[in-house]
Amino acid sequence: MNSGTDLMKKKSKSQTVEMKKKPSKTISDSEKCTVLREDCFRIMKEDGTVDSKVEPKIDKEVVLRMYHNMVLTRAFDERGMMLQRQGRIGFYVPSFGQEAIQTGTAAALLEKDWVFPSYREPGIFLYRGAGLYEMLCNLWGNRGDLSKGRQMPVHYSFPKIKMFSVSSPIATQLIQAVGAAMAAKISKTKEIAISYCGDGGTSENDFHTGLTFAGAYKAPTVFVVTNNQYAISVPLSKQTGAKRLVDKAVGYGMPGVSVDGNDALAVYTATKEAVDRARRGEGPSLIECVTFRMGPHSSSDDPTRYRDEKLYQAWTKRDPIVRLRNYLNSKKWWDEKKEKSLQEQIKAQIAEAVERAEKEPAPDPMDLFEDVYAELTPQLKKQKAELLHEVELRGKFENTSEAFPL
Amino acid sequence: MANLTLVQAVRDALMCEMTQDPRVVLMGEDVGVNGGVFRATEGLQKEFGEERVLDTPLNESGIIGMAMGMAVNGLRPVPEIQFMDFIYPAFDEIVSEVAKIRYRSGGGFTCPMVIRTPYGGGIRGGHYHSQSSEAYFIHTPGLKVVVPSNPYDAKGLLISSIRDEDPVMFLEPKRLYRSVKGEVPEESYTVEIGKASVVRPGKDVTVLCWGAMVPVCMKAAQLCEPRGADCEVIDLRSLVPLDEETIFESVKKTGRVVIVHEAPKTCGFGAELSALINEEAILYLEAPIVRVTGLDTPFPYTLEHIYMPDPERVALAVGKVKNF
Repeated sequence: MNSGTDLMKKKSKSQTVEMKKKPSKTISDSEKCTVLREDCFRIMKEDGTVDSKVEPKIDKEVVLRMYHNMVLTRAFDERGMMLQRQGRIGFYVPSFGQEAIQTGTAAALLEKDWVFPSYREPGIFLYRGAGLYEMLCNLWGNRGDLSKGRQMPVHYSFPKIKMFSVSSPIATQLIQAVGAAMAAKISKTKEIAISYCGDGGTSENDFHTGLTFAGAYKAPTVFVVTNNQYAISVPLSKQTGAKRLVDKAVGYGMPGVSVDGNDALAVYTATKEAVDRARRGEGPSLIECVTFRMGPHSSSDDPTRYRDEKLYQAWTKRDPIVRLRNYLNSKKWWDEKKEKSLQEQIKAQIAEAVERAEKEPAPDPMDLFEDVYAELTPQLKKQKAELLHEVELRGKFENTSEAFPL
Repeated sequence: MANLTLVQAVRDALMCEMTQDPRVVLMGEDVGVNGGVFRATEGLQKEFGEERVLDTPLNESGIIGMAMGMAVNGLRPVPEIQFMDFIYPAFDEIVSEVAKIRYRSGGGFTCPMVIRTPYGGGIRGGHYHSQSSEAYFIHTPGLKVVVPSNPYDAKGLLISSIRDEDPVMFLEPKRLYRSVKGEVPEESYTVEIGKASVVRPGKDVTVLCWGAMVPVCMKAAQLCEPRGADCEVIDLRSLVPLDEETIFESVKKTGRVVIVHEAPKTCGFGAELSALINEEAILYLEAPIVRVTGLDTPFPYTLEHIYMPDPERVALAVGKVKNF
């Protein structure tokens, strides 16, 4: 594959040129950034074929692992939604259609690198080795949950694989990633930090904050914006006056590139280049991955209330998993037999993990008081004793919580 | 022993900790070359380099968020917010992120850091350079809130805060930065977080205060003595965790309480202290608890000396409680 910063440089140069022109045909007003733009970096055509001149040299094992992870992510999301519909868990956030972005970026990282994800990135956790059982325990918020049932479903936290705890406030993690990257720079560990937000996230104060600091310090970090066209119900055209989110990179003094977010090879290639730049000490980059949110915002959301159905239908033909599978088939790295076996294997793995996770009991009430501080304060000790007394007195607590509305 | 001002003691603590622990890094607006607008970090960038004393872009959310990421990745950051009045852009990072990370990750991630910020009035600063907004942070589980009132405590408490495993809001009474001096050991030492200090023992009325209100209450105690009231002045020093034991012990002895703070009255920390005393020691009370606080108005400019509690106002309250 290409090494060096050619892609970014070329792209940012062409973007600068384009910015001076009238709106180019790639982003005509009728399209309003809601369909795939021609300015996006792409390696695979929609049928999975690749021009051999631009085909990156990625190890077969890496591509196969990416494919495996994308299929796993899709299956995990489907199961998560099903569990919610069956009333077995309270809430779920699927990432349908965004599997290539999660997997392509994750594959470009080293184990020692830090990831500060948003809440729609189960595929990064899976790629880096988070256990299905632990992730499922998070959906139940039970005793097997690493977060001890203190966060809503999909707010995973896996310190051992350097997957930072997911927060609900939007884009707060970007500046934290800059901090982790700066600590790495100061400690000379050669780690980089990558952080994620959506198109809506680019409107948040902390998007500006994160990119400002990263640019000022040349922090070894990469920002990935998953432009899936909607922030819950609000389309990109109402989110910002910017035609392309990648243009924001210019203002923060960093290179940026727009990528076809449904092209796993393009996402991987662009991320690898940005990660390598960061690791060489050449500073941050912004990657805009253009895609479409194929599912609801969450299990509580009904996208048919606001989604442009024609666009949605158009994007169903751009499934990132199908595209990569076609590529694998064309390379003779894959066939129907392998596909069937992978599907069965994943189904069985998830089923086994679901069965185990669902059996875990709820956290102990006394655990409510742990981890507020390293040690219980006198005030918490007192409240703990009071609750313990109440538990002994009344025994049961009825849970009358309503369904989550967002 | 050196005779230092409070701000010099702060700098001394930073110097000590940066020398003995390479993980300690400072960041904030103007903290580097300029040494901080109050000079709390004077000369430290020259001593430890630009990587350990970072001048930041003008963005409080960024200062705190970056410090949090650094702490998560093994450093011990001590970010400075130039005035507490400017901390609000960072409120989300402090309250949603810094304060909750240990809990929300089940103890998997922690961010030990000290957020230093000058607070309080009496420096002709108007409402954007004078507020005491400790209550917002006391109300947030996961944060410790520490307020020194003299140079010795400032150094010892700041060193304790930097060594603490949890995030600490370290509120520096800027009115006292240069107006008080005291003996401060040159070596490193700690003052335990969570322990109040009885700065003036007395038998008649318990006066609870912290930070810049401590010298005000001490002067009030002097005024009260000839008027027949012997005040026990308690400098809380640590608002979270709170040393309830010292408070209740004093209240049970005197049966009369005056609580003094600069912040507005409604939902100020005085309300919490009053509620606690009512819950734990109401049968010992000889008179209703009286609060002497800032007004429920924005902090004013010209009339700040009328807005803020002063020794006479505290003394009047003591008299009221004593003669109930």
